[in-house]
Amino acid sequence: MYITANRPPGRALLRSVPANVLALGMVSMVTDISAEMVTAVLPLYLVLALGLNPLQVGMLDGLHFGVTALVRLAGAHASDRWRHRKLVAASGYGISALAKLGLLLAGTSVGALGAVITADRAGKGLRTAPRDAMISSSTPPDRLGQAFGVHRAMDTLGALLGPLAAFGVLAATGGSYDAVFMTSFCVAALGLVLLALYVRDPRTTLAAEPPRIGTAVRAIVGDPAFRRICAVTILLSLVTVSDFFVYLLLQKQLAMTPGLFPLLPLGTAAVYLLLAVPLGRLADRRGRVGVFLGGHVTLFAAYLLLAGAATGIALLIVVLVLHGTFYAATDGVLMSAAGPLLPEALLTSGMAVLQTAQALARLGSSVAFGALWTAWDARTGLLVMAGGLALSLLAARKVIL
Amino acid sequence: MKRALVLAASIVALASVAITYAVLASADPSPAGAALDTTRSGQLLFLDAGGRVAAVPSDDPGAARTVGDLKCRRFHSSGGTAVCLAAEVRGGLPRTSALILDSELRETNRLNLAGVPSRARVSPSGRMVAWTVFVTGESYNATGFSTWTGILDTRTGYPIVNIETIPLYIDGRRHHAADVNFWGVTFAADDNRFYATVSTRGRTYLVEGDYAKWEARTLRNNVECPSLSPDGTRLAFKKRVSPSAAEPWRLHVLDLVTMRETPLAETASVDDQAQWLSDSEVAYARPGAAGGSGIWAVPADGSGSPRLLIPAASSPSMPIRVDGP
Repeated sequence: MYITANRPPGRALLRSVPANVLALGMVSMVTDISAEMVTAVLPLYLVLALGLNPLQVGMLDGLHFGVTALVRLAGAHASDRWRHRKLVAASGYGISALAKLGLLLAGTSVGALGAVITADRAGKGLRTAPRDAMISSSTPPDRLGQAFGVHRAMDTLGALLGPLAAFGVLAATGGSYDAVFMTSFCVAALGLVLLALYVRDPRTTLAAEPPRIGTAVRAIVGDPAFRRICAVTILLSLVTVSDFFVYLLLQKQLAMTPGLFPLLPLGTAAVYLLLAVPLGRLADRRGRVGVFLGGHVTLFAAYLLLAGAATGIALLIVVLVLHGTFYAATDGVLMSAAGPLLPEALLTSGMAVLQTAQALARLGSSVAFGALWTAWDARTGLLVMAGGLALSLLAARKVIL
Repeated sequence: MKRALVLAASIVALASVAITYAVLASADPSPAGAALDTTRSGQLLFLDAGGRVAAVPSDDPGAARTVGDLKCRRFHSSGGTAVCLAAEVRGGLPRTSALILDSELRETNRLNLAGVPSRARVSPSGRMVAWTVFVTGESYNATGFSTWTGILDTRTGYPIVNIETIPLYIDGRRHHAADVNFWGVTFAADDNRFYATVSTRGRTYLVEGDYAKWEARTLRNNVECPSLSPDGTRLAFKKRVSPSAAEPWRLHVLDLVTMRETPLAETASVDDQAQWLSDSEVAYARPGAAGGSGIWAVPADGSGSPRLLIPAASSPSMPIRVDGP
């Protein structure tokens, strides 16, 4: 059934990836085009069209976090409980799609905008864990890394195309944000159609009894291997500097003209896109935890370079390549490492727990780095984080390898 | 096969919705705009709701507008020079640019920026141009926010795209930090001295800068977006009066001799760099209830009450000042 050649190139690679994973990849790609269309224009819209101040923009952005975490966990539990991952994922995609229409209706009310943006993020929180669980269940265990790599590459392609689509619509309509939101809604609806038509929920071994919350928690947290991977993820995420700071530091270090700033995330995404599949395959062959930790070593190298005295175009390229490699080696790979540790009946809940733990730790790191930056300066902050990363990596090796 | 048909039908239906909506929502290709001359005296320039540069007589701002072709996000004009911050798509990428314009709003220079246009200002003589754009990251903390402020000397054509490298002295001591952000520059009549806001380590300060010596010194806390009065004795500014994001600022005037602050009669929160209409009145954009903003004016001494000058408008400027005695 599955081709077992060692290195299936090109078309053979596509054939070796389960159709369901490709379908989920298409859904994610289309949904990410829709999501990134809005993300790309939202600050401009809020500040210039609606006249909100930057503080209010920041507040809208910070609102969603707690809600997303709760919705993610509750949704994942419901998805395992009712044994219907596709339905929960679909409601997540659906809520986010409707939120795009909500932007049209919210007008300038900061409260309504906050509610709409929160609903959008909640939809994202709701769909991620059941989606990753379906990828995991659709794929033979020895190919999980590759499957997640293909999915994340498609996802990233969507993220790269979204801003182009948004600014294309703005240019074509003479600056109509409403048209961007409506187009984004239509693209999101297409994602939902693709999900409904082409994605199957491949649950093979249904639990005899739907898991109750108490038993679920005990089963997930009680598993020592899964507990270790959660601990390692939290430890490493606590010392991961958020992307925005990485780009800001690069810009400052290189005294780069601000006009080039929007290109920096594109550099990371392009490297991520290129390396997601090869590193996923490497993870399958050489061990997923090893590649996951290796990804954090590239991040460590990026921090040292950023904190160092190097300047020039070489620094820029090397840091972006390291940063993109970090994502390619960790994002999907983590899920492919965690999947096999979880009982099928609790796959979604387990993934949601891991993703929530990671998001919480990243929030902590963002606040900590912000405080370091303000109290001392960026370079000290970066060196502290790099030191923390080195210690965390050493500890992680002990715990998990 | 059936799935493919449903998919094809969905694509056609959704594409039709998106395209129909986009066509209906498209801004009408508005009629060719009128010619504007920023050196004509007695006019107020501003951006209308669609972002076009427009003019009204300053003694009758309710009169019919003259609307030009140029579209901007922020605009300012003085002494025969204008600056227009524009967000546009070029080469498939979103760009923010500062367009430097002559008295007939023809482009003489263009600087590539990034982020959301925030402030634009031309010195009274028209020689010095300054602007601010900002970007935000995940903003659960205040540091997820960065501004880039630039200055262009139109006489030499030399731009400084990011002034944050200027040697900064806080309370007389040289300050080194990477988290320095500048915004809201206003130049004095000598085209050398300027005022601006700087934020570092979680605090904001008013700085006085010297362009030729290239250094800046803090004067005071909690002064944002200063705007120097025509007689050069006072700064109109927004002061942070509440930690909430809903109503954070109030317009004040600072007397540079006595260093005394006076709150103005406008009680709504204003997020703008004020424009002096005369030595006794300032104008500013105030967000409206239904989005967008209107240009309001209020006496500069704390008396009186705000009046609506131009509805559905922003970025006021008074390119040629007629100051009575």
